[in-house]
Order: sequence, then structure tokens, then C-alpha cells
Amino acid sequence: MLADKDRIFTNIYGWHDAGLAGAKKRGDWDNTAAILARGHDDVVEEMKASGLRGRGGAGFPTGLKWSFMPKEVGNRPHYLVVNADESEPGTCKDRDIIRHEPHKLLEGCLVAGFAMRAHAAYIYIRGEFVNEARRLQSAIEEAYDAGLLGPNAAGSGWKFDIYLHRGAGAYICGEETALLESLEGKKGQPRLKPPFPAGVGLYGCPTTVNNVESIAVAPTILRRGGAWFAGLGKDNNTGTKLFCISGHVNKPCNVEEEMGIPLKELIEKHAGGVRGGWDNLLAIIPGGSSTPLMPKDVCETMTMDFDALRAAGTGLGTAGIIVMDKSTDIVRAISRLSYFYKHESCGQCTPCREGTGWMWRMMDRLVRGEAEQHEIDTLEQVTRQVEGHTICALGDAAAWPIQGLIKHFRPEIERRIKAHQAMIQAAE
Amino acid sequence: MSIQSIIAHEQPDSFAFTAENEEKILTILAKYPEGRQASAVMPMLDLAQRQHQNWIPMKAIEHIAKRLDMAEIRVLEVASFYTMYNLKPVGKWFLQACTTTPCMLRGSDDMVRCIKDKLDISSGQTSECGRFTMLEVECLGACVNAPILQVNDDFYEDLDYQSTAALIEALAADTPPPVGSVIGRQGSESEAGATTLVKEKKTAKAGK
Repeated sequence: MLADKDRIFTNIYGWHDAGLAGAKKRGDWDNTAAILARGHDDVVEEMKASGLRGRGGAGFPTGLKWSFMPKEVGNRPHYLVVNADESEPGTCKDRDIIRHEPHKLLEGCLVAGFAMRAHAAYIYIRGEFVNEARRLQSAIEEAYDAGLLGPNAAGSGWKFDIYLHRGAGAYICGEETALLESLEGKKGQPRLKPPFPAGVGLYGCPTTVNNVESIAVAPTILRRGGAWFAGLGKDNNTGTKLFCISGHVNKPCNVEEEMGIPLKELIEKHAGGVRGGWDNLLAIIPGGSSTPLMPKDVCETMTMDFDALRAAGTGLGTAGIIVMDKSTDIVRAISRLSYFYKHESCGQCTPCREGTGWMWRMMDRLVRGEAEQHEIDTLEQVTRQVEGHTICALGDAAAWPIQGLIKHFRPEIERRIKAHQAMIQAAE
Repeated sequence: MSIQSIIAHEQPDSFAFTAENEEKILTILAKYPEGRQASAVMPMLDLAQRQHQNWIPMKAIEHIAKRLDMAEIRVLEVASFYTMYNLKPVGKWFLQACTTTPCMLRGSDDMVRCIKDKLDISSGQTSECGRFTMLEVECLGACVNAPILQVNDDFYEDLDYQSTAALIEALAADTPPPVGSVIGRQGSESEAGATTLVKEKKTAKAGK
């Protein structure tokens, strides 16, 4: 288990003052100017050395992403945009950072913004987080009052502004280019890439979009050194991570742990174990709703990191772990996710707009077994026709949970169809 | 889908922001670079909704379009794309019940059933008294405190049938209980007490 001294988020549960005075006691904003004095490229190199991979789901190396920004600022300003549109079912970690550790995020914005030669950051927070946005706004105001933001941020000589922008209920705005569209005052519909945001992003300017957690861990990494972070976790899957453990566990919770921790240990040590005991486990969705589920036998020896989960045909995603015990109606659980994707499709690409509705209606019938056996294969084929055929990954995200269900629980679907047909025959 | 089906039948004849909100608009506009005032469309729609009993009339959309130099259809497009903008009136207590899988696994069916039992409303409906509107919504992002019911701006967490009933009664009496977990959790720590940062907890207690 990760030692408390190696935890980054020491106020994740909100026991202490989330304001500036409390944050400073925890080491935030401690001589930030010294970090900036090392220079833009040094900061990027240190982040690369830490091995940090993006915490928003895709797991792209953060330092490398920062290095894609132009080295010279031309006539277009650079922007940092923070993705606080946390909406992936199963995920609720950024909310805790925002309400209990807002200064880690703000200081992270300054160092990250400086690294990519940006003088402004926009934090895009999901609209439903009204109280969290208020907390963050008051932290921003505190930081301005203390001179930590503004024309000479933290005495570094670097001008830096942070603006908070609230969304209004659209999962798709968690996709980085949809987020940029939304920030520009439009419907949140993803852009074609290329051009990538590092070339043409917000207002047509070079932009990097990062997840809240990726930005909030940056100051601690830069203070304690990339090597410290890289020494935690596993090769290529370094550092600590906030895990959200929800569903059928005795004590659902968020917890910061080392990357690569065994899934079983994580659940038993921190979440009070699976309801009814480990043997009562049916399946787990390991990284937010988009990642395919794993049946119990796969969960047994699984470790929680990008590479191990990927090798098992699923993913770490946002590390939103959804636990389902044997009482779960597994077809309904996945069907509800299909409804979610149908509801959240932005309507831009035909395979997603039509496909998510089609898949949900099909799944809804399968919950009750109202189908023919061959339709399972038809559904599987349709998921393949949606996957990879859309501008953004929402189509993939809608397809994967269903593929996971068919792969691991096909006999259960077949059983329902048989039962339904038997019922009809009996009635006749 | 015709526009008539998504907006209120009865619309007010005019809309203007209050003086207090005009001040707020200045702060909002200052966040965005010159010539990029369209970025202010979302915060201004939110402001209009807060000013106008939690729904946005067409006159407000026209007004915002004019202020931001946008075509009206562009503002309406935004107002109808994002689910949090109400284009029809809602009750004083706007209940948004999360029923996505993590909440479903923790009993959101019971929460929704309780709302139906107590108020006789399903998703999208307003109670006969006009004071409660209920909407089933997608993941609210507080899954380890599931199930969640959002009441106007606030999250009520860790609900079951009985605590939902108690919450509705309190709202009916216009005495909303403290926001957050209804079983006394402070945040996202385990109900049994946190398994990490135990020393931190002690110092927090000592400090209080």
C-alpha cells in the first residue's frame, strides 16, 4: 500500500481548510517562482521524466503533450485549457480535487501554462458542479488577492490569468475539441483532427487540453522530482492515481493509490470488499463506463494500470471502478450505459447518432429476451460498424461495453431469449 | 423536432437583465478576448435562467443574441443542445435523479419510485401543486456517493427510499436539509472511516 508520505492529495476527503491558508500548510504555492525559474523546457523535461500519463482516460504522456506546443510564441497567444467536465459514469475524482484541493489545480495551471508559454488558462467545469465551481472561483480570487495569479504570478515575473467557464450538461464536452467548441460559444460537437489543438485550438490558437488530475499533480512532481514519481507504480505506468470505487462494494470510496495495485487488494483494503464477499463478484468495469467489463476470473489477478488492463482487452480509462455482484442484472446494467451514450451523442456523425439509438433499442429488447438468437451477432456487427467510424471516440465508447457484454456474458443473453420464447410458446 | 415542442407555449413579452446581473455580465465578458464575446453565451444563458424562475424564455434568447452579436438561431441552438437549460417552466424544487449504472447499482430505482409515490411524477413531469419537477438525468459525477438526487444546485447523496421520502417532505415544507451525504459522510471517504491519511484525520480533529 502507498505510504501516506507519498500521497499527493492529502486533503482529498476535505478534512482540512481547502482555502489558501490551509493549502499553504500542505505545501502548495511554496516558492512556485523557483520552479518557474528553471525555465520552460526544464519543466517539460522533468514532467517527461516522471512518466506521468494523462489522467483523463487516454493515458497519453503529459510531458510529451506539453512539448507539442510551439517553442516560439507567434502572433497567436498560447492557451492551457483544463478539462473539468468530469462526466464519465463511475468517475468522481476531479470533483474532490476541485472542492478540497483547488489550489493544487491552480498552481498546476501556472506551472503547466508557463511550461507551454501560455499566459492564460480556462478551466471548463461541468455545469452540474455548481457548488464545486463556487469553491474553485473563490480559490481563484484568493490566489489573485495574494498575488499568486495576475501580472507577476507568484513573484515569478510571468503574467498568468485563470478563468473559470461552466458547462451546461453535455458529456461530449469532455472530448477536447468539443470542449473547445463549447468554450467558443457553440454546440459541443467535436472537430476533425488534424489540425490538433496544439496547432489550432481555442480561438484558432495553440492550445493544450489536460485533465484536472494531470494538472493538479504537476506541482508536487516538480517539487519532489520526476524520479520520485517515476519510482512509484510500475514501468510505463508510474506514480499515484485517484481511484473511484463504486457499485456493489461494502464501502464505496475514492482513494489515492499506487499505479499497478492489484484490483482485488484495492477493493478489499479500501472499499470494504465486494458485497457478500469476493466470491459474490460477477464483473467489474475497471475504468469508467467506456471500458469493457471484466468477469470475475479476469479480475482475480488484474493490476490497475494502463498496460495490464489494455492487455486484457479493456482499459484503465479514468480509473472509475464499477463493481457488480451476482445480484446484478448484467444485461440491464450495460443497456443503461447504451441509453447513456444514445442520450449523449452529439448527433454530428451518422454512425453514432443512429447507431447509439439502434444499439440501445436492441439492448433494451435483450434485457427482456425479446429477440432471436441471431440478433446477438447482428448487434455485435453493428457495434463494429460504429466503432472507428466517427469523428470522436464516443462511438467507440458506446460500442465497447456491448462488445464486452457479448464476449463474456453471451450465455446469459441466450438464456433470456430462450426463456422469452418458451414463455410465448406456453401462452400459445 | 419542431421548436414548439421544446419551448414553453406561454412566453413573456419582454426580458431584461437586472442591474445586479448587468454587473455580472461585465465580469463575464472580461474573461474572453476581444471579438470572442460569443464565449459568453453559456454564462449569460445561465444567468438568464437564474433570474427567470429557472427557465429561459425566448425573449431572453433574442436579448442575448443581440448583446453578443450572434444570430438568434445560434443562441437557441446552444440553449437546446445543453440539457441544463430549461426552455419550459419547472417547479420551485427541480429534482434531477441520476439513474446511470453506478447509481442504478446502488438503488436509484428506489429513489425514483419514492418520488413517484410521494409526488406522482415521472421523468419530465411537474407535480400537481406545481412546486416539484422531476427529471431523470445522466451521470452526475459523484458515483462513490450514489445514488444522487440533485435539487436545484445541490447534490443529496447516499440516498435510499426512506431518506428520499424525508428529503421530499423537508422540501415540501421549504426547509431543505444540509447538502451532501444523508448518511453523514463528509466527502468520498469510506463510510467506515478512511483507510488512508489516518494521521491527517487526527490532526483535523485536534484542530477543531
